[in-house]
Order: sequence, then structure tokens, then C-alpha cells
Amino acid sequence: MPTVSVGRDRLFSVLGETYTQEEFEDLCFRFGIELDDVTTEKAIIRKEKHLEEEEVDDDEEVIYKIEVPANRYDLLCLEGLAQALRVFNKQEDVPNYSVAEISKVSMLKMHVKPETSQIRPYVVCAVLRGITFDEGSYNSFIDLQDKLHQNICRRRTLVAIGTHDLDKLEGPFTYEALPPSSINFKPLKQEKSFRADELMEFYKSDLKLKKFLHIIEKSPVFPVLYDKRRTVLSLPPIINGAHSAITLKTKNVFIECTATDLTKANIVLNTVVTTFSEYCEKKFEVEPVEVIYASGKSYICPDLSPYKMDVPLSYITDSIGVALEAKEVTNLLNRMQLSAEELVSTIGQCNITVSVPPTRSDVLHPCDVMEDVAIAYGYNNIPRRKLASLKSLPLNEFSDLIRTEIAMNGFTEVLTWILCSHKENFDMLNRKDDKSTAVIIGNPRSADFEIVRTSLMPGILKTVGHNKDHPKPIKIFEVGDITLLDDAKDVGAANRRQLAALYCGANSGFELIHCLVDRIMEVVGAPFVAVGDNLGYYIKLSEEPEFLPGRQASIIYRGKRIGTFGIVHPEVLNNFDIPDPCSFVELNIESFLEVS
Amino acid sequence: MEEEAILSYLENREEIADSGQFASERGLDHDKVVNVIKSLHGYRYIDAQDIKRETWVLTEEGHTYAVAGSPEMQLFLAIPPEGISREELQKKLDPTIFKIGSSQAAKNKWLDMGKHISRKVQHAEDRVKNVLIEIKDGKAPEAEDVKALKTRKLIAPLIWKGYSVRKGPNYAPKRKKVATDLTRENMQRGDWKDLEFKEYNFCAKGQPAEGGHLHPLLKERVRQQLKMIFLQMGFEEMPTNNFVESSFWNFDALFQPQQHPARDSHDTFFLQAPSTTKQLPEDYVERVKEIHESGGYGSRGYAYEWKRDEANKNLLRTHTTAVSSRMLYLLAQNSFLPKRYFSIDRVFRNEAVDRTHLAEFHQIEGLVCDRGLTLGDLIGVLHDFFSRLGMENLRFKPAYNPYTEPSMEIFSYHEGFKKWVEIGNSGIFRPEMLRPMGLPEDVRVIAWGLSLERPTMILYGIDNIRDLFGHKVDLGLIKRNPICRLGVK
Repeated sequence: MPTVSVGRDRLFSVLGETYTQEEFEDLCFRFGIELDDVTTEKAIIRKEKHLEEEEVDDDEEVIYKIEVPANRYDLLCLEGLAQALRVFNKQEDVPNYSVAEISKVSMLKMHVKPETSQIRPYVVCAVLRGITFDEGSYNSFIDLQDKLHQNICRRRTLVAIGTHDLDKLEGPFTYEALPPSSINFKPLKQEKSFRADELMEFYKSDLKLKKFLHIIEKSPVFPVLYDKRRTVLSLPPIINGAHSAITLKTKNVFIECTATDLTKANIVLNTVVTTFSEYCEKKFEVEPVEVIYASGKSYICPDLSPYKMDVPLSYITDSIGVALEAKEVTNLLNRMQLSAEELVSTIGQCNITVSVPPTRSDVLHPCDVMEDVAIAYGYNNIPRRKLASLKSLPLNEFSDLIRTEIAMNGFTEVLTWILCSHKENFDMLNRKDDKSTAVIIGNPRSADFEIVRTSLMPGILKTVGHNKDHPKPIKIFEVGDITLLDDAKDVGAANRRQLAALYCGANSGFELIHCLVDRIMEVVGAPFVAVGDNLGYYIKLSEEPEFLPGRQASIIYRGKRIGTFGIVHPEVLNNFDIPDPCSFVELNIESFLEVS
Repeated sequence: MEEEAILSYLENREEIADSGQFASERGLDHDKVVNVIKSLHGYRYIDAQDIKRETWVLTEEGHTYAVAGSPEMQLFLAIPPEGISREELQKKLDPTIFKIGSSQAAKNKWLDMGKHISRKVQHAEDRVKNVLIEIKDGKAPEAEDVKALKTRKLIAPLIWKGYSVRKGPNYAPKRKKVATDLTRENMQRGDWKDLEFKEYNFCAKGQPAEGGHLHPLLKERVRQQLKMIFLQMGFEEMPTNNFVESSFWNFDALFQPQQHPARDSHDTFFLQAPSTTKQLPEDYVERVKEIHESGGYGSRGYAYEWKRDEANKNLLRTHTTAVSSRMLYLLAQNSFLPKRYFSIDRVFRNEAVDRTHLAEFHQIEGLVCDRGLTLGDLIGVLHDFFSRLGMENLRFKPAYNPYTEPSMEIFSYHEGFKKWVEIGNSGIFRPEMLRPMGLPEDVRVIAWGLSLERPTMILYGIDNIRDLFGHKVDLGLIKRNPICRLGVK
């Protein structure tokens, strides 16, 4: 996206309003441009020269670097930007650009020689009469040409712009293509005359111009423009002649655009003349030039007539998804520099007739008009419509994520029963039943199904006990629900999602289980913190009966105890008929889902 | 031996007042006793308090005198009762003994010193020798003697350290075995009951885990999670396993004019081999050419000369929208059915590699193709999609894109950066793109795209894209990064 640098104070004075940076950013955002950077002239120079940051003077002029859409050539300079924003803010109406009415006889002429078709076949011209530049507008005029050359002109390959002091020239003009050796003139900023082929050699060392030489270098003929007295206007797309150079004092500007693409040449010419016609004696009026080809074909340029487009109101409202009256739509379009009128057709269909001004070459299709309505209405004011979609349960989705992580750490998943015997859940784990935790089955078919587990531990230990012959170490895990009595629930009990893992081998693997705890915390993004810190997790010695004293600890996450790990007490192992030492961790994973 | 003595002594008694005394009474080496006390104290079987005493030991010189007598006595004894000449006496004695002896004997007023030396007293007592022997035997000397001997450097002070000992909190008459872990042997022998564990440091993290790790961009973390989100929103995945694409499908079909800057060689990788595409659907190509050159379907077109050669140029796709254009074209070839498509795959840009840019990255793209879609639907679907990524607060900025109109840049408020951050692009595909494909007039396509890297970098706080993706990756980062909980909260 192209970026335009404008002086903030000059911009605000043209806008007739002073904004805070935030307010201006908001205006840009709504209009679809972006305040990319805020700097000063001196800072830019310092940066270019790679100088150290010096003391910044308060009186340095603040420069706004504004990013504009790549197809909005009319916004490539301060004048165009300011006008678009003034119209958007309803401070001003869309200007009406016109071509001065002069008879064909007194109109300036540009004769195109057939040889130009070998190298750069098109030219369009116009005149800005009675212009008054000041330093700001003059610089802006030069900058705009530069921006156009960089963007739509594709670094002068498609179009090259030449601007001249018309009072130093005399029409009619000719556009020719001649062998380089027969062209001789004094180029801009040089003291002496050069032959065109020598000039090309000379510019090979010119940092700014050498990149354009390739466009014509290899051609046997170079494009060149002359006036009646054979004064060279320019050698496009390289350089203008010094004779007709414009200055701050220039009153009448002759503009020529030579091109390989006529459409883009017209867009470029229109952009330059419409933007700077506001400084002319007759505001927004441009004097035409007739371009005559050897074939006899001719045209008068610029063509500033608006492009008419009939857009059904329903197309606009249906596409945006907001019901708007025709009047509202035309008002919104006016703010986007598109004059629009309501037109009711005979069959009762309401159309909006849009006059696309010469500045808005980006408007190609009714969809562009529709977009402008949407922008003026405000993208962020459009009510959203929701398409049908589904959501999975976060708890289950998270469980699946964490299951994968544990498996990737070399643990094998087991899936054990929810139901177990009372003994397995309490006595065999060295735990006392204080009757406050477990859901009791009223009619168990066997002792295996007396209660709903309050921990994943019995299932895991039973699995190890039944796999005594499995090669060691055994590393298993389970993610599943337990049920606890809960008075807050209508039924008096609630599920909890638990994660448990066990190591069994020649030694207890306590440190391995400890590192699994660290890994679980790492994958949920919890930092290891000092004891007492509530922003992450820490480990604290615990005293649970199912674990060996001194080799067990609570896991404290955000100040809350979420689980325990340790070496399983040998008595407990013995109860489950496990001859090998084991370490075990169990923790509740629901806390990880709570939004911080 | 020492440990047993200490622990059993304390079993019935309060305290060992002095370890030195305790050792000498039992004929134990005090150094060994001290080592045992230190160890038992460490495991808190006992509490030990330091005690210090200052004692005196003989210097080397002192030792000699304790045996041979003091130099003054040696000198005294060498003088016969009648006296002796100085020269004679010097011959009889060691010069050092003579020197020290004569000065000390004179001080004691034992002798008449001159050329002729004679006894002043008949008997002299060698007190120096006697005191030295007493000190050697461990008796406490008198302060006066200490002062004198210390001045003559015959004795030196020695700090004696010992302990007084009481029962500690872990006192037991017999020390348990110290273990670092519970082993199978402990279980088999049943001696786990006697195990004493070395204290475990819970204030440090455990060892690093040795599992494998998936790449943060691909694992369930980001790509998989996004895929789930799309599937839940009813989107089907497009086949994107084709990096080589023609300019036609990548640009022209998208109504991107041939002079568009994105088509420059410094933005796009064009191919030397295979340099051009062999086949394009000719009737569709004709319609695309028409829309670029002179418009149609209500558009004025770009009014330039469209070149087939440009369209034929092969490239590495610059966006997955190239695939979308193929899919939409296919969709248009049969009677129309609404579709929702998505893809997440690699795209290529001829860009200089820096902290935020790579020559290749992953593009996420979603599109809905249906009758009667509106900008409100696009805004709605974006809110649905991004809220599942945890981005609730969205804002839309008008933007320009050759193949969408309206075009909206998507901004999300970043709580960490405290500002609005651009997170993606979206729009409604232009009729100039859809109509030449053959899609009916009332069919609209809403679409959005974003890079996979950008939200991932924001999510994990990574500021250099090369740390995340490519061979300069930080492996530690791949291991460390948490699971992606997009939409899981």
C-alpha cells in the first residue's frame, strides 16, 4: 500500500479542524486509510543518513505518514486526501470538475508521429491555467507526480508525466520518436546540452534516474516531445528539458503523459489535473488539448465527464444486509465523493444513479458503489448475522489436548471403571471414609460395584496389580471423571475431571512423576513460582495416608490445591498385590479451564 | 562404636555435657566422636552445641627443654663450684644454650657473670622444665608461668572444640538407613519401614521430561485446533497440496490486473522449470480476458490489453486463494450448491527474510459460498471464528484488495499490547471474479484469510518468526510452548 507523507499542521488547516492523534486515527480507520507513522522532516533525514537521534526541537514540523489503498490514486497527495476527508465529514460537497470551453481552433494541439508506436505510443495532455502555487502546494505537486510514477505508472514503464511552464513554450507540440543521436537538449538540473545517447550514458551514474533507463535504452528510437520552435519538452520517461521547467512562479502549467497504456495515462492525467485545478483561477476547471495522430485519429483530453452507473437500491441493501432508504444511500454516497440520485423506474424498481467523478477510477462495478455505502454507513455499525455452527465442550476438548501431551511423554492410556468396592476406595488406600465424599450404590450386585470412585487411584493400582508380569517400568495414565458429594448440586453430587499417572519399576520413579507434573504445568502455561505466589504453581510437602511420608507433595495452582503426587505407600501397594515400588500423581484439570 | 556409644548413652540420660570428657572416659578418639556427632546432628537425631576451650601445648623448643632441662639449668650445671672462665664454659656448651642460658641464669641471679663465671647460689630449681612437663601431662599451668613460657615461645595456645549433646527431634537409639528412593529390594526385604529418606527439595523443579514434542504451528496446538474450529463451523477442507500454480489461477482468475504490483518478480517467485502452464480451461480464459479488458456483468473492466503469456507464467502460489478460485470454478460447473470451504497451507512470497517476514508462511483461509449472503454475514462469521480463537473484540477497517469488494481488514484489541492489532483480511469476492466462472448472479462468496504464524506469535509472545519456523528454530521453544487452547476456555 502506498504511503503519503503530509505535514500535519498543513493538513489540519486544509481540513479546517484540529484533531488529537487518536481522533485523527479514528477518522482514518473509518474512512479506510491508516496513520502509519508520525515523524518529522529532520527525523526522516537523520534516519536516511543513519545519524544518531539528536535533540528533537519542538518546532520541527510533524509529518503524518498515511497509508492509502493502492487503487485510490486521488489520495496520493495532501490536496486529494484533505478533500476526500472534508467530503466524508460533510464539510464540503463533491466538486464538479469541468473542461474549459474553447473552440477547437484555439485549442492547443499535440501531433503524434507514427514512429512513437515503436516505443511509447500514447500521449495525453492538459493545461492548468492561472494556477497559484505556494511552497506547500508546489512541493505537493512534485510529490504527487513521484507517487503516481511509483504506483500506477509502475515506475514510469506504463506512464510518465511531464509538467511544463507553458509560457516558455509555444504550441502546437509534437510527440516524436527519433534516433538518440539526433536528439539534443539541456535536461533539467543540468548546465549544458547533451545528445540523448550521451545523456543515457551520463545518467548511468545517477542514483535516481538510472533505474528508468532500461525502459527505452535498447530502442533504436527514443520518445521526445517538441514545441513549435523545436524546444525539447521532455525525453520521456527519463527527464524533462530545462527550458520549460516549472517554478513556484509558474502560472500556466502544461501537462503531458506519455504511455504504453492509454487507460492508465488518462487516469494519471485526470488525477493530476483534478487535484491541482483547485489552485486555478477558475477553480476545478481544466483547459483541454487536442491530440492528433498521424492516422487522423484524434481526441480531446482530459475527459472529466462522470461515469454514470445505475445501481438497484436492493442490490446495495441486500449485499450489506442493512435496510436503507434511497435517500440515506444517496447521502452516504455523497460522503464518498459519489454524487447519486434516486431514480424510480417504470416497473417500480428503485435505482440509484451514481455519477462517478474522474477522480474515482477505482469504481468499476456496482459492488464498488455498494462498498462505499457500507464504508460511509460504518463497517462497525453493520449488524452481524450468525451462520449456523457448532461448538464442542471445552472440558472434553481440553481433556483430549492434555491426553495427547501425556501420551507424548511416554505414558500409555488406560480406561478403568468408575465403580469400585468401598474397600478399594478407602481402606486399601489407607484412607478413612468420613462419609462426606463418596456416592454409595444402594443395590450393588457385587462388592466390585459398591461406590462411585472418588479418585482414579484404585483403578490404576488394580491395573498394575493385574499386570505384574508386564515388563517394567510400567507408565500408565488416565483422564476421567470421579464423583463427589456436592450440596450445591440439585442431585447432591457432581463429577470432577481428574488426571492420574503412575510409574512402576525397580525404583519408585518419584522424580519422573515429579517431572511429569512440571510438564503438565508447562503445557497449560503455568509458571513455576515461589511458595505462596498465586500466579503459577508450586509444590508443597503433604501428609496423605496413601503416600510414603516425606516422599509426597501437594500441587498448588493459583493458590488452590489441585492434586498430590508421591511414592505410593508400601502398605497400599501390598493391599493391591503390587511387589514393585510405584509413584503416582492425581490432579483435577478443571481449574486449568477457569479464565484467569 | 562411637555412634552406638552416643545414642545408647542418651537413651536414658539427658545430655552429654562435654564430648572431650565423654571420649577420654571411654577411651574413644575424640575426632571420631566429633564426626559422628556432626552426622547425627544433620539427621536431627541429636542436637549438638559447640563448646570451646583454650589449652596450651609445647612448642618444639619446649619439648626439648622438657627432656634436657632449660638452657639456664644446663648452663648452671656446667659450672664447677670453683667457677670457670668464660672461654672454657663456651667450649662446653652449645652456643644457643649458652646464649639463652647465660641471659636467663643472670635474670635468675644464679651466677656472677664476667670473664670468670661462678655460682652465686649453690642450688637452683629448674622450674621451666617442671612446668613444661606439667603442661605436657595436661595439667593446667598457673597464669604467671603461662605468661613467661609464652614470651619464650616454649608453649603455644590450642583451641579445643567439642560439643555438648542432647536428644534431637528424630532421636532413636539406633540410626535408620538413609535412602534416596524406595526400591524393589526394600519392598522385598521389607526394610522400607526402617528407611530414612534424604530430604527432598520441592522448591526446585523436577528433572526435564524426556517425551517427544510436536511443532507449535502444527500440533493440536494451532493448526489442528483451527481445523477443529472450521469443522465445527461446517467448513470442509480444500485440497491445497499443490505449490506450483499458474498466474492464471493465482491472479487473473481473481480479477487481479496483469500490471498489479503483486505480480512483480520482487513479490512473487516465478519458475524457470516448469516455466508455463500447459492447459487452462479455454472458454473460461476467454471470459476472464474479456472481463479484464472490457468488463461485463455491470463492470467497466480495467481497459488494458490482457496477455495470455502473462497468465501462462507458472509461479509458487502466493496465496491459497488460488486454490479457492479453482474450487469455486469447479463449483460453478454443476448446478449450484452452497459450500463452506477452508484451508491451512503453505504460501510463498519473494520477500527479504527478517524478524517478521519469511519467504514462506502458512495461510489460513475460509470462505462461504451461498445465495443472499451479506456483509452482515461476513461480520457475523468473523466474530464467530475469531471468538473461538479467543479474540472477542473486533473492529473492521475499509481496505483495498483487487478481488474483494467490500474489503475489510480485521483488527483485534490486544490486551497485552494495549492496542488494536491487524489480524487478517476479509471481503466479498467481486462479481468480476465469480461471474466469469459461471456462478449465478445472486451467489455471493464471503471470505477471509490470515497467516497461521501471526496469531501464533501473538499467542506465544514470539517476536522473531525465525524462532518459530524454519531451520533456525529454537528447539527449546518447541519443547516449552504450552498447548494451544484456542477456543478452549
